[in-house]
Formats: sequence, structure tokens, C-alpha cells
Amino acid sequence: MTSQRRHALSRVFGGLTGAAAALILLGLAVILIDAVGGGWAALSWRFFTEGPGEDFTQGGIFPALYGTAVLTLLMTVAVLPFGVATAVYLHEYARPAGRLARLVRAAIHNLAGVPSIVFGLFGLGFFVHTVGGSLDAAAGGGLTYAQPGLLWAALTLAVLTLPVVIVATEEALRAVPQELRLASLALGATRAQTLMRVTLPGALPGILTGAVLAVSRGAGEVAPVLLTGVAFFMPELPDSLASEFMHLGYHTYVLATQAPDVDAARPMLYGTVLVLLALTFLLNLLAVVLRSRARRRLSA
Amino acid sequence: MPDRVLPVPHPRRLLQGGSRARPRGALTDKLVELAVTAAAFVGIAAVVLILLFIAKEALPLFLDPAQRSDASLAKLFLPQPWRTGQPDALIWQPVSQVPKVSVVPLLLGTLKVSSVAVALAVPVGVAAALFSSEFAPRWLRELLKPVVELLAGVPSVVLGFFALTTLATALQDSFELPYRLNALLAGVAMSLAIVPIVFTVAEDAFTTVPGTWREASFALGGTRWETAVRVVLPAAAPGVLGACVLAFGRAAGETMIVLMASGNAALVSGSIVDPARTVAATIAAEMGEVVVGGMHYSLLFFLGVLLFIFNLVLNATAGAWVRARVRRREGAGAP
Repeated sequence: MTSQRRHALSRVFGGLTGAAAALILLGLAVILIDAVGGGWAALSWRFFTEGPGEDFTQGGIFPALYGTAVLTLLMTVAVLPFGVATAVYLHEYARPAGRLARLVRAAIHNLAGVPSIVFGLFGLGFFVHTVGGSLDAAAGGGLTYAQPGLLWAALTLAVLTLPVVIVATEEALRAVPQELRLASLALGATRAQTLMRVTLPGALPGILTGAVLAVSRGAGEVAPVLLTGVAFFMPELPDSLASEFMHLGYHTYVLATQAPDVDAARPMLYGTVLVLLALTFLLNLLAVVLRSRARRRLSA
Repeated sequence: MPDRVLPVPHPRRLLQGGSRARPRGALTDKLVELAVTAAAFVGIAAVVLILLFIAKEALPLFLDPAQRSDASLAKLFLPQPWRTGQPDALIWQPVSQVPKVSVVPLLLGTLKVSSVAVALAVPVGVAAALFSSEFAPRWLRELLKPVVELLAGVPSVVLGFFALTTLATALQDSFELPYRLNALLAGVAMSLAIVPIVFTVAEDAFTTVPGTWREASFALGGTRWETAVRVVLPAAAPGVLGACVLAFGRAAGETMIVLMASGNAALVSGSIVDPARTVAATIAAEMGEVVVGGMHYSLLFFLGVLLFIFNLVLNATAGAWVRARVRRREGAGAP
């Protein structure tokens, strides 16, 4: 084969791999165009501020927005301390090849691979039936916590997003220059003081990135909350940690498959999808921006 | 007579002001280390508790005599008589007069949908990763990665919605499929969910191949394509294989897409254009209607245990491959 032909072939096959990349972009674009094209008309003030009508053909998604927000807020409060502390242990305290560190890493790695529906089963078996059951028994036998609800769904999602926070935090800690820690120690600060006043503040943007990614993930996951507390239809807002709640993702599923008249509910469905998609995209973009700013700040 | 040497405090004490600060600081130091180490156990505890508690809820299936006869291993996995005059069959119908609990249709459905998804996502994802690491100019690569991350961020319920409303009609019209919702549709939609995983892991594997290897290939007269296929791809092969395994695991565990797009009929059929019901979708669809503690309830948790163990094994395999690659690379890179 002549060199010219080989180079021509190289260009052709290189172009084919480019086509594969373009295909991925196309897939994303089609989903976006479909959601925006179908959902734009449904967006209105009422859509964001009212509850859904009984037959899902009118009204809005406010309870679902509210439920998703409270759920992810509780989840973040639960996951951040443990996620950050685990990353701090792995990066600042553990011997890198130590047995415990390796075990923790293996566990986190496996946790990230557990299917989301299995988290739902775990939340149901552990939080709802076991923890909730014990709480109710301790309180004197009523039925408050031994049923699916906001708190249990949030804790289930916290376990699910733990690897996200740990990975992001560890990356952030890795980006804090070692010289800063050494300088702090050389000035006589203890390890704990160095951690609190030098290392963690330096890693803060990266930790925020992790939190944002976790929220984005938590807002979109339906399978775990399906078994641990989501409500099919609930116009009033959740008023306690034990209440059920509406959820944007589950609402999408309900509108798409369970609405009495699916065609009449379609504008509501597209509107909900658009809001959910816009929310997760904005959060992901925010994470990208935070991450790049963190990198720039530390390399400057 | 020499001057008396003044007792000079240790410099660390000077900076912390006072001699009592040091022990107190040491105590806080120890406490923080202890707290952080304790928190690290949460990850381990989570994995152990997940297995423990889903297994605990599944256990009556094997211990409770009534459940054991309703859902014996033979009934779970082997063909059973279901109607006089008909051959034995594998049927999933846990809520009927005589519960039929064959998990074979569910395993088959999972295998079909995941295979379609992997068969589509692996070639596209690997080729796109090769493009990103070997052919694309820097600016395009910087653009491609966040866009793939965005696709990875699309909630699976949105992909399910997209499959159900738009893709289903498009597929049915262009291939004249007998059913609107089927395994092929679910697989195509799922390939959108797993292509980011394939891309990211494969791209990672490609970029860890040392640049000197590429330069050596170019110096010998190799073209970009020849270098990509004969140098980079073989060197990164274990990582690419790891990507495929991870993608398969993710596909097998994915719930919402199949729940919405697969048609959810538990058939024993070899055709990918028939409806299918997967293990994960079955758990999601049926958990809402079971009696807590009953046979059906235990059975759904048993399906969860199967999914968990399957993913554990796949993860361990993929992890071992990726680690083996890194070790070999480090060995090869030594002077």
C-alpha cells in the first residue's frame, strides 16, 4: 500500500471516529430539542406556583418542585459531613497503601456501582422498616416513622451520592499544594489546625462542586425514592420529616405512564421534563464552572 | 563562671502561646483524626448494610416453610406445570391464584435489553473516545468532555420519557415493529445512558498510554489511524474491556428507562423486538403492591440480592483489569 493511500485511509477512519462523537452530540441535541420544543409552551407562572389538577391535565408542579428541593437539601446535609470526612481521611490521614484505606476505597468503588433500585430496597428494608420501626416502637407503638417518608428517602439518596462527594472532595484536596500544608505545619500549627484553616478552605470550591453534582444526581434519581417515600399525588406540601412528598422525576414518570388521559396530560409532561432537565443541566454547568475556577485559583 | 543558660521554651510552644496549649492542641488533633477515621467507616458500613438488609428481607424465601414451597429453587429457575395439557413453562406471575415465580423471563429480559444497549454504546463510545484522544484538536476535546458529562447527567427518567414518547414512534415507523414498546427500544434508550460511561473510561485508558509510544509509531512511518489501532488500542485494551463491563453492569441495573420503554411483559422469547421485563423494572413496578413480609415481598428482595451480587462481581472484574493495566504501565515506564 502506498503511503498516500495509507494516509487517506487514516483520514477516512479518523473521520469515522469523529462521526461517532458527533452521534453522541446528536443524541443529546435531539433530547434537548424535543424537551424544549414540547415543553416551552407549558411554562407559565401558574405552572411553577400551583399544584397539579386531579386529572393531571392542568395546574402546575409546585409541590413536586418543593418536594425535590427539600429532599435534596436534607440529602446534602446528611451526605456532606460524611463524604468530606471520608475524603479527608483517605487523602490527609491514611497511609496510601494501608489496609483500611484500601478497604474504604474498594467499598466506595462498589457503592458507586450499586444499581439505584437496590438503594431503594435498602432504604425500605433498613431505614423504613428497621430504623423507623425501632423509632416507632420506642415512641410507644404508633405508626409515624415505619412508613416511607421524606427523611428516609433523603437518607437513602445520601448513601447513593456518598461516592460522588468523596471523589470530588478527594480531587479538591489533591489540588491543594503540599507546600501550603508544610508551611502551616512549619509555623507550628497542629494537623487539625492545618486541616481546618488551610487545607479545607483551599479545597472548598472543589467540595462545593461535589455537593452540586450530588444534588443534580439526587434530583434526578427516581428508583430509590419510588420505594422510600414519594407520593403519586399530594397537593398539600409535606409538613414533617415523616410525610410523603411529590418529586419532579417521579412526577415525570407518573405523567408519562399513569395519567388517566396521557394525551391530555402531555403539555404538563413536557413542561415537567423541561424543568427537570434544565435543573440538572444548570447544576452540572455550575459544577463545571466551579471546578474550572477552583483549578485556576490553585494554579495561579 | 559562665553565664547561666536561660531555659528557652520550645519554638512550637512559643507560637501557640503558653505551655498548656500544646497538650490541648494534641488532644484536638487526636480527636479530629479519630472522627475522620470513624467517618471513613461509613462507606464500608453502607456496602455491608446494603447487602445485609436486602438479604435479611429475602431470607424468609429460604427459611419460611410456606414461602419455601411457594417459591422453591425449582419454581424459581425450572419450567413448571401451569395448565393441564400444556407443556411446562417458565412464567412470572407472582400475583395469581397459584403464584408462578420463574425468574428466567426476567433474567432473559435483562440480558436482552442490556445486550442491545452495550452493542450500541460500546462501538460508538470507544470510537468517540479514540477520536477525542487521538484525532480531535485540543479545543474540540475540551468541548466534547463536558458535553458527554451533560449527557451522563440526564436523569434516566427523562431518557425513559424520551423513549416512550418520541423514540418509540420513530423506531416503530422506520422498522415496522409489531409492538410499540419493546426490548430494542429500551436498549436503544439505555445506550444513551451508558455511552458516557464507555466514553469516559475508554478515554481515560487511551490518555494513559505514554505519548512516547505514539511518537515511536509516527517515527516508524505509522499514520494516525495505524497508531491509534495498533499501538494505543492494544495498550489500552484492558481499560476498554473494563469500560464494557462497567457499562453492562450499569445497563443491567438501570430501572426507569426499561420500566417506561420495554413494555414490561415477562416473555420467554429470543426476539429483541418483543416486549421484555427486566429484574430491576420488576422490583420497581411490583414493590408498591406487595404485602410486607409476604412471599412476593421476599422474592423482590431476592431479585435485589441477585442484582447487587452481579454488580459486585462485574465491578471487581473491571477494577482488577484497570489496576493490572496501571501496574504494567508503571513497570514498562521504569528506566
